[in-house]
Amino acid sequence: MLYLIPLLPFVGFLVNAAIGKRLSKTVSGLLATGVMAASFGIAAMSVWTLVGQAPVDGVRAIEQSYYTWLSSGSLQIPLAFRLDPLSSLMVLVITGIGTLIHLYSTAYMHDETDAEYARYFSYLNLFAAFMLVLVLGSSFPVMFIGWEGVGLCSYLLIGFWFKKPSASEAGKKAFIVNRIGDFGFILGMLALFWAFGTLDFQELASKVALLPNDPAMWAGSTVLTAATLLLFLGATGKSAQLPLYVWLPDAMEGPTPVSALIHAATMVTAGVYMIGRNAVLFSHAPFTLEIVAIVGVVTALFAGTIGLVQNDIKRVLAYSTVSQLGYMFLAMGVGAFAGGIFHLYTHAFFKALLFLGSGAVIHALHGEQDIRNMGGLRKHLPITFYTFAIGTIAIAGIPPLAGFFSKDEILWKTYSSDHKVLWAVAVVAAFLTATYMFRLLYLTFFGDRRHGVAGGHGAHAAHGTPDPGHGTPDHAHLHDAPGPMAIALIVLAIGSILAGFVGVPHVLGGGNQIEAFLEPSFRAIGAVAEAAPAVEATAEATAEHGGAGLEFGLMLFSTLVAAAGIGLATVVFLRRPQIADRMAGQFAGVHRLLLGKYYVDELYDATIVQPIKKVSSGLLWRGVDAGLIDGTVNGVGLVVRGWSAVLRRLQTGSVRAYAMSFFVGVVTIVGYYLWR
Amino acid sequence: MLPEPTLNSYLMLSAVLFAIGTAGVFLRRNIITILLSVEVMLNAVNLTFIAVDRFRGLVDGQIMVFFVITVAAAEAAVGLAIVIALFRHKETLTPDVFTSLKW
Amino acid sequence: MDALLFWILAAVTVASAVLVIGQRNPMRSVLLLIVMFMALAGLYVTLGSPFAAVVQIIIYAGAIMVLFLFVVMLLNVPTEETPIGRQARLLGGVGPRRFGALLSAALALELFWALGRLGAIAMPAGDTPETTVKAIGLRLFRDYAFAFEATSVLILVAMVGAVVLARKEPQQ
Repeated sequence: MLYLIPLLPFVGFLVNAAIGKRLSKTVSGLLATGVMAASFGIAAMSVWTLVGQAPVDGVRAIEQSYYTWLSSGSLQIPLAFRLDPLSSLMVLVITGIGTLIHLYSTAYMHDETDAEYARYFSYLNLFAAFMLVLVLGSSFPVMFIGWEGVGLCSYLLIGFWFKKPSASEAGKKAFIVNRIGDFGFILGMLALFWAFGTLDFQELASKVALLPNDPAMWAGSTVLTAATLLLFLGATGKSAQLPLYVWLPDAMEGPTPVSALIHAATMVTAGVYMIGRNAVLFSHAPFTLEIVAIVGVVTALFAGTIGLVQNDIKRVLAYSTVSQLGYMFLAMGVGAFAGGIFHLYTHAFFKALLFLGSGAVIHALHGEQDIRNMGGLRKHLPITFYTFAIGTIAIAGIPPLAGFFSKDEILWKTYSSDHKVLWAVAVVAAFLTATYMFRLLYLTFFGDRRHGVAGGHGAHAAHGTPDPGHGTPDHAHLHDAPGPMAIALIVLAIGSILAGFVGVPHVLGGGNQIEAFLEPSFRAIGAVAEAAPAVEATAEATAEHGGAGLEFGLMLFSTLVAAAGIGLATVVFLRRPQIADRMAGQFAGVHRLLLGKYYVDELYDATIVQPIKKVSSGLLWRGVDAGLIDGTVNGVGLVVRGWSAVLRRLQTGSVRAYAMSFFVGVVTIVGYYLWR
Repeated sequence: MLPEPTLNSYLMLSAVLFAIGTAGVFLRRNIITILLSVEVMLNAVNLTFIAVDRFRGLVDGQIMVFFVITVAAAEAAVGLAIVIALFRHKETLTPDVFTSLKW
Repeated sequence: MDALLFWILAAVTVASAVLVIGQRNPMRSVLLLIVMFMALAGLYVTLGSPFAAVVQIIIYAGAIMVLFLFVVMLLNVPTEETPIGRQARLLGGVGPRRFGALLSAALALELFWALGRLGAIAMPAGDTPETTVKAIGLRLFRDYAFAFEATSVLILVAMVGAVVLARKEPQQ
């Protein structure tokens, strides 16, 4: 029954796309949310079945193959879904949080017309369908269907309000940058097929597991390293890491629930999932793993610094997402695959919560998004405030909320696998995370309502309906989140509190069930003992290294760091806001650099976009297309015309001339035959 | 005395006649004279047929000649009709002025 | 005797042919052509085909040439004019015409050369058996019956065609 999981949302898409504009909003929304809930139900049942299965070689999986999709020579790809611990977690996250976000959207998007409403939900359902295909696929091509599909839906949804130029630009940017990553992904796939002759995940894992994993051969097999690097390039595109992260902040042009679902909880995690799915491959390419870890942690720090000074509530969250994804990649890079997925799962809860909360704020303020125009909202929007606060605490990594356990797991595994420098950078990033998230909380909800920025651009267009007056005046009718939105917020808040408890590490007395649950997914079947990746080995070994005491100590340390960040934020942004302004003034250059996002977009534009445009229009268009091709075609015509102008003079109309030509022929032929 | 005429002589005579006829077609500027030259050519061919007939002892050549003459008659009739029509149109018999079928 | 006859008749034929194409006045060309036909008829007789000779005279010289004469006199054909118009000059000019004549000479030479290679082939000796009308008739109506019938259709078509083509256009 696995196919039902993506099929139901797909049916929802078809219905809403085809007849949506004739359905009332209630029906459209109910349909879309309903199929998601149904999908979640089936997913839950499937996972229940899975858990009840007896493990084979320590591995539990449900695999269903539907028909042979690609059959070309030695390449046989069936359309097959595989539910194992890893994909079951992903499926539950996608359908569960997806359902909540659909529910939220029914209220959030209510100001749209019926047709637009239906269009929104059709896209959202389509996205869910593709994402589910991505995680359920049992081979690279099937995953790639989902990979491309979510990219498409991301474009459609970012540019949902396509009449607004910035939105359609953002959509295009997302798609194109993703494409660059996808190029790497495809090349990686091809390399793997070329080297190993198969693209099925299990078969690949088995084959790769047979390769010697000699630590002395640090670079690993060259082909594998190259392939995994290319796949990682695809992951940087999809999951917004350096250097292909630039689309994610712009993607905030889309409706907030979209940002919550796609750009926090699910699509951007596809890259992380991909690495987790191919853990065996990556384990045998240590060089790639190093790159992954370094890129991840650098991105985390990089994005964190930018998030510190951004003024749009969604942009801050966007950069926060980039930063947290960096954490996940760091985890994958040091071999803590389970840790990375664990963080993915907890992050889905609190990031979605934060985005939905910001959406509630924007909704209440009728489109205002600039935090300099906010403040004091906690009195007017209590539900929003409390849930948002829970999300903020969670992301800062304060125990016992979810973010603490997952983030800490990553930090511990980084430290204990001898990546102390990376660990230090990660700790700094954690500090920044706490700081800027609490900054966001304070500036939005505490203090007095400000109107610092006139005509905040987010005011009118962001919500789709042009708003005559920007922002609402103080104490005017600010309504808190309506029913469906509130429900989603509350459920996610509960999740943010409780989700972490499946991963309580041993040192605190827990059983770390999630790691045990996920671990078989990161192994090749049958290769239990000797191919147990460097993951387990190093983790176990170095757990001996420092022992429980060290782990506990580090845990304490990171909590203190988070608390310090909160403290700094409290002082600077809550108690004495003038410090912030003074610092901005004193470090004006740095401030501008951060505010301008390190001018990366401008850099890309100058070095890549403009040259391509010039080459395309100047050389390729004018030179090749107009000059060469048109020239050739026209030239042929001209030649024909020229020749025919010459030849047609033979048609003199004079009989005598014709007779003459006759006769010439006769003489020639007669002569020829007589000669012979 | 004069040499006996061989088959070759007849054939050569016929060739000469044919050449004369062709020359006439090219040289003359009067349509009727051109038609007459064509008749000359046809007769040259007739001579060939009869000569070979005699040489072979067959009678088929003469039958060919009948047909040639018949067709020549038909052709002359139609050709002259066309000449008359052309003459009515342009009041001249020079073939070179009738150039409507040109490019 | 035969030889002498041949050469005389041959000379007459060639001479009259040359004159036919050389005359300015088309009327004279027609008459000279009739002379040529007569000479040819004589040659046919020496070749033992009296029937062909008679047919030639009756039909060719008697009917076709008369037709030509009629047309010549009807159209009141002037003597050869000088070409008019640039186009006519281009094609009817001295150059192309002479080239045409050259081609004919080339053809004649070709044929001569071929015949030369062939070597002399003597006519069969002995009395020239004259082909009888009976023999011709049998041959014509037995083996060539289809051609005969087809030719009659051809004549019919030619008649109709000639009438149609020479008709005056009805005044609109």
